[in-house]
Amino acid sequence: MGGRFRASGSGGRSPARTRRAERPSPNPSRQAGGEHESRIEHSGMSRFLAGRLLQAALVLAVMSFIVYGLIGLMPGDPIDAMIAADPELTSEDTERLKALYGLDRPVWERYLAWAGQALGGDFGHSRIYHRPALDLLAERLPHTALLMGLAFALSVAIALPAGIFAALKANRFADYAVNFLCFAGISTPPFWLAIMAMLLFSVTLGWLPATGYPAAGDAGWPERLRHLVLPVAVLGLLSAGGITRYVRASMREALRQDYVRTARAKGLSRAAVLRRHVLRNAMIPVVTILALDMGALFSGALITEIMFGYPGMGALIYNAVMANDYNLALVGLLFATFTTLAANIAADGAYVALDPRIAFRAGA
Amino acid sequence: MSPAALAWLRFRRHKAGLAGAVFLLLLAAAAWSAPLIEAAFGVDAESVDLFSRYAPPSAAHPLGADDLGRDLLARLLRGGQVSLSVGLAAAFIAALIGTGLGLLAGYRGGAFDTALMRLTDGVIALPLLPLLIVLAAVDPAKLGLDDGTDASLFRVIAIVALVGWTTVARLVRAAALAARAQDYVRAARALGAGSGRIALRHILPNVASPLLVATTLSIGNIILFESVLSFLGLGIQPPAASWGNMLAHAQETIWQAPYLAVWPGLLIFATVIAFNFLGDALQDALDPRS
Repeated sequence: MGGRFRASGSGGRSPARTRRAERPSPNPSRQAGGEHESRIEHSGMSRFLAGRLLQAALVLAVMSFIVYGLIGLMPGDPIDAMIAADPELTSEDTERLKALYGLDRPVWERYLAWAGQALGGDFGHSRIYHRPALDLLAERLPHTALLMGLAFALSVAIALPAGIFAALKANRFADYAVNFLCFAGISTPPFWLAIMAMLLFSVTLGWLPATGYPAAGDAGWPERLRHLVLPVAVLGLLSAGGITRYVRASMREALRQDYVRTARAKGLSRAAVLRRHVLRNAMIPVVTILALDMGALFSGALITEIMFGYPGMGALIYNAVMANDYNLALVGLLFATFTTLAANIAADGAYVALDPRIAFRAGA
Repeated sequence: MSPAALAWLRFRRHKAGLAGAVFLLLLAAAAWSAPLIEAAFGVDAESVDLFSRYAPPSAAHPLGADDLGRDLLARLLRGGQVSLSVGLAAAFIAALIGTGLGLLAGYRGGAFDTALMRLTDGVIALPLLPLLIVLAAVDPAKLGLDDGTDASLFRVIAIVALVGWTTVARLVRAAALAARAQDYVRAARALGAGSGRIALRHILPNVASPLLVATTLSIGNIILFESVLSFLGLGIQPPAASWGNMLAHAQETIWQAPYLAVWPGLLIFATVIAFNFLGDALQDALDPRS
């Protein structure tokens, strides 16, 4: 959880090892026996991606069914709400209403009906906002994209120099200090950091607004940026911890390689070796980890949006779940899943594109 | 020197890990002696006293009192019991599920293996927090489950374990796959050992160290998840205390009593970082190659 809230457990998982263990491996020949690994040259790329896309579509379909089923299990359904609103409803009325809404049919039948409409682009109406759920989501999307984009940029801007620095000073005081800060970032509850940031910068110092975000047209960019400072700082700082650890581990791995010693031996300067040989190779796993961490970043954004009253998708999903707004919660969750899956495929694609040694498993 | 003595030597060199272990032991001791401490100060975690709302620290309330006049120290200790129990129990269950499925997939291979790996791919790709929120919002009554007193505790443990087993499953599966081709496994099979015996006696011991490290590291994460869910009102339900739900009103009371927001969060932070350091130290101690 965490990286911050690396859900995916960003808690101090060891870089690259656990998560990537079985993904297209940079060195398949080392993988244990029994698996048919085969090297496919560049024509394999499209096949590989097609396979991943198919798999993602499958995950999305399964996910939509699970979430559909789960949401039906939340307390209260539309009929309950009507009963609560109108005490005069008789039990015959409820039965009729249930039939009208299709709630008397088994869950898979209702799911298929919903999925059919969804494939046609109709995700139903939001119960609390009385508007098409998809429109609501589309309105919130730019806000979340802005928050996540800025936080991501901040965390990379911190993590790259910090991770490289720590790797170069391995086992010295600076390395330990960076490592300690990384652990702190991974271990801080995001909602608590948000409260502490508000306590310091809004309550005590009064420098920045604690919550809210000006509606479009209400305020110019300077005001909006003032509202963005705390959410972006909280999300970005907490994400930086996990990423720094990846960068450091990847750099140390690259520094150990024989070609680095060779490059030094043939007389290249330290800076040139670092730039041309170490950094280039160290960044390959980092790029993919960044893409893989999208799910964690989204989880962090959700909490940040709730804490700071920021009108993003995460807060919308949370409110929809809490208010039993089935259609809205469903489309929000599916969109979040879709985005993370897309980022995952991008990660695999980047891995293949950046590392010419990559071979992929046939038909994977 | 025996391998265990060597591991202990390496563990002791990791000062932060050692400090984490000591902190966690002290915390657990304090949390489970909460009844004694409550008796000593004449307070308890759930009795409401409207005359001491937001009371500052005093002899009667060593850390002050919350918005309902409940003693903060007592609630922090009770909350510690909850956080530690949830973390340990969910991590244990997740490790159990992950080990079972990982062994089966790695040793048996075939269609089951493929399906399991695709499933873990899918789960790892999910944005976990929104999914946990939906899971936590499920009404147990609609599943025909009893809504007992500790229901919220068991529910949090169950849902976190449900999504937390994939890391362990991958780890164990990879190790089982590697071990399967080793000579000692073939020798065991030649001697007539069955699959179950091979998996438990010959493969599992080889997975033990990474398993222990991964599980320790996951405890910190689980405690973070629990605190977030409880904070959002979906985890541990009041009046029972948990560090997360103690922060639920912190945003509103931040003006009157900022320390109410400081203590629970500080304890979550310290506990999670202690588990992470401990896991890091275990990794250094048990897996010197890394």
